[in-house]
Amino acid sequence: MTKSELIQKLADKNPQLYLRDIEKIVETFFDEVTEALCRGDRVELRGFGAFSVKEREARTGRNPRTGETVDVEPKKMPFFKTGKALKDRLNGED
Amino acid sequence: MSQTVTRADLAEVLYEEVGLSRAESAEFVDDILNEISDALVEGENVKISSFGSFTLRDKKERVGRNPKTGEEVPITPRRVLIFRASHILKEKMNK
Repeated sequence: MTKSELIQKLADKNPQLYLRDIEKIVETFFDEVTEALCRGDRVELRGFGAFSVKEREARTGRNPRTGETVDVEPKKMPFFKTGKALKDRLNGED
Repeated sequence: MSQTVTRADLAEVLYEEVGLSRAESAEFVDDILNEISDALVEGENVKISSFGSFTLRDKKERVGRNPKTGEEVPITPRRVLIFRASHILKEKMNK
């Protein structure tokens, strides 16, 4: 399923709204999750899962082709942990 | 200090920015997550452009160990969900 298919499904369930309204809702939803992660916040969606931010320390890497050393900047990575209810549903346990 | 954003917080943002009622906003947050969950339960991967993708992986049975007793126990085959952030999300987080 893609984002546009998700928008279409929500539109089918909400015939009272324009497609552009649904698009705005879905964009706003993912923008807000993105902004929260940018602030370093955790996003906890009960039953679905939780997004958190992991910090990777700066390290000295190596270009595998040339063997040259390069400094790798510290970086933040998003991390997702599946919620229990979804984990159970994925494995056929309701 | 890092904070926790919940379903209620996301609903509040929809209420403020989209002009839905509070009840409709809360319902949309649930609907979005339910549609994604249902697709995954059906075995479909979900790709949200400029955010990331949710990919299913089937794990085979393997032998684990009870860390307390040292006893060997089989870990049953299972389906797990992996989230891969899009490069756009990663770039935004590191700006």
